[in-house]
Amino acid sequence: MLKCLIFISVLGLSALTLAQSDDKGFEIAARSDRSDLGFSDSEVELSMVLRNAAGEESSRRLRIATLEKENEEVGDKSVVVFSTPKDIEGTALLSHAKILEPDDQWLFLPALKRVKRISSANKSGPFVGSEFAFEDFTAIELNKFEYRFLRTESCGSLQCDVLERRPRYDSSGYTKQISWVDQTDFQIRKVEFYDRRGDLLKVLSLEDYRQYSNGAWRPHTLHMENKQTNKQTTLRYGNYVFNQGLDDRDFVKSKLQRLR
Amino acid sequence: MNTLRGAVYTLLVLLSAPTLGGEWDWHADAELELRAFSDTPKWPGQSDKSVHSAIALSGELYWLSESGDQRAALVPYLRHDAIDEERNLVDLKQAYWAMEYGSGALDLLIGVDKVFWGVAESTHLVDIVNQTDAVADIDGEQKLGQLMLKLSWQEDWGLLSVFALPMFRERNFAGTEGRLRAGAVIDSDYAQYEHAAEDRHLDWALRYSHYFGDLDLGLSAFKGTLRDPLLLPNADGSVLVPHYQQVDQVGIDAQYTRNAWLWKLEAVWRSSSLDNYIAAVAGFEYTHFGLFDSAADLGYLLEYQYDNRHDTEPPSIADNDVFIALRLALNDVQDSSVLTGLLIDIESDAVLFNVEAERRFGSNTVGKLRLRVIEAPQEDLILYSLQHDSYLQVSLQRYF
Repeated sequence: MLKCLIFISVLGLSALTLAQSDDKGFEIAARSDRSDLGFSDSEVELSMVLRNAAGEESSRRLRIATLEKENEEVGDKSVVVFSTPKDIEGTALLSHAKILEPDDQWLFLPALKRVKRISSANKSGPFVGSEFAFEDFTAIELNKFEYRFLRTESCGSLQCDVLERRPRYDSSGYTKQISWVDQTDFQIRKVEFYDRRGDLLKVLSLEDYRQYSNGAWRPHTLHMENKQTNKQTTLRYGNYVFNQGLDDRDFVKSKLQRLR
Repeated sequence: MNTLRGAVYTLLVLLSAPTLGGEWDWHADAELELRAFSDTPKWPGQSDKSVHSAIALSGELYWLSESGDQRAALVPYLRHDAIDEERNLVDLKQAYWAMEYGSGALDLLIGVDKVFWGVAESTHLVDIVNQTDAVADIDGEQKLGQLMLKLSWQEDWGLLSVFALPMFRERNFAGTEGRLRAGAVIDSDYAQYEHAAEDRHLDWALRYSHYFGDLDLGLSAFKGTLRDPLLLPNADGSVLVPHYQQVDQVGIDAQYTRNAWLWKLEAVWRSSSLDNYIAAVAGFEYTHFGLFDSAADLGYLLEYQYDNRHDTEPPSIADNDVFIALRLALNDVQDSSVLTGLLIDIESDAVLFNVEAERRFGSNTVGKLRLRVIEAPQEDLILYSLQHDSYLQVSLQRYF
């Protein structure tokens, strides 16, 4: 009986420590996440270049509009609109991100003028055939993860804090991610993604950071490399436009068919 | 004529737009379609060629004003069929000007547009605004442009839209030489209308749509000319004549989305001078994401179709039918997908087997494949008349 109780309390204790971030890890992640607090809304055009293991490339152009929700318990709203390939021009994905619950997502199909509510359970699936999963691409919210500080080491010309983050939401394709956050501008420079078996799956490098007049930093080249398949995806961003006065009415399903 | 006048006004707005500035966007595409029928034709007059070809051209011109509160679109569509001239079509799918007021709270649209209502995959019951381009494809998903004045009001509690629909578009049907028709040809030249205003009758529609957590809900009402006609034999019985009724219709469409499950319901209550009836379709789509640890998704679809209309109403093949299907999406660079399904009529045992596959080639071309096999016993009048019309269709669509 006593043994049993001890066993339970040990189990309980370890569950407790697993479920909590360590303070230092969370603070570093929070400082990075909050460095653009108050950007209000943003819009950016980008190209996505997909390259397979044989080196064959194909590309897509898209635009992303984001509405910030300053409350960290509520997720941001975003719309992704494709302009190429031409057969999917005008295809738009609307997301109302949640923290731990599945996001609300709608897809607009221009050929039929049809808006479909889609399942967002597909977090680990590839986003439009790329090496980015849906969960890498939709807004990364601070409280979607728990954090652990690992170490400090140099990353290029900067010093970085290295954090482990584990998803708190269901159906992630990852057991953990290791992220490198620099100590100068508090931006994420690199992320390693570990699959459900715990093996290294992908490495993301975030480069070409620029600071905008509102103080927000944004990377302008994101390079994702799948270490298991050797496929790669590169995102190249144009200039961000901030604070255009977008509101909730710009992120409703009826608005999707007006976008190009 | 009204469509033409609407188009001319839209064109004038579009032509004057460059002086106003704003953003312009255009694209065009051409599609070549080949349909191969395995059986010889069943009915006299039908072309005995086993391969029917058609070409379709479409363009889109879109303008958004500098301030973003005005927009206009022009989408012409042309189709030429090498055998059946009733499949030829000159249409404007869109030709409108629209304006927002109060940062998007109100939106007014004048001109030709296309709207889609509903959630189901196997049939589209609530979707009544646009006439079906019935000869384009038997799936009923291709539509003709509809002239309208639409006022929409978007608030926190949802979207409310009122439609005034001043001009009715007649449904198109296969001609004498064409396949996928019954023994008697349907001759639209003698179309009859219940209302004296005929195709100038002003139809009205109202729609509310919103979402509540995991539930997306649409409620709709329609008063006017029913898009599906009754088909009546003419005096000497040589042809069938479409007869367009006046109806009142109330509809609901709802989808509950939970994890990988989509639960769907569409229902309409319709009242005409001949009958009151209910039609409904309900079912689910469950998706198995990441099949066998790959990027591919496999969806399982099941829908049941119900309809209690009287025999005097326009016939429906979706009266007591089960639709089962699999949807495979490879999630690859080419967006390859295959939907394969069976529609089974529980009463007559008629079966429609359907495959729809698509894949992009390069960056500007999409290849599509359609296989439709019809197996029907004699007592299923509609499908039995199409018994010889199973076909395989291959098309290539090139974007510019």
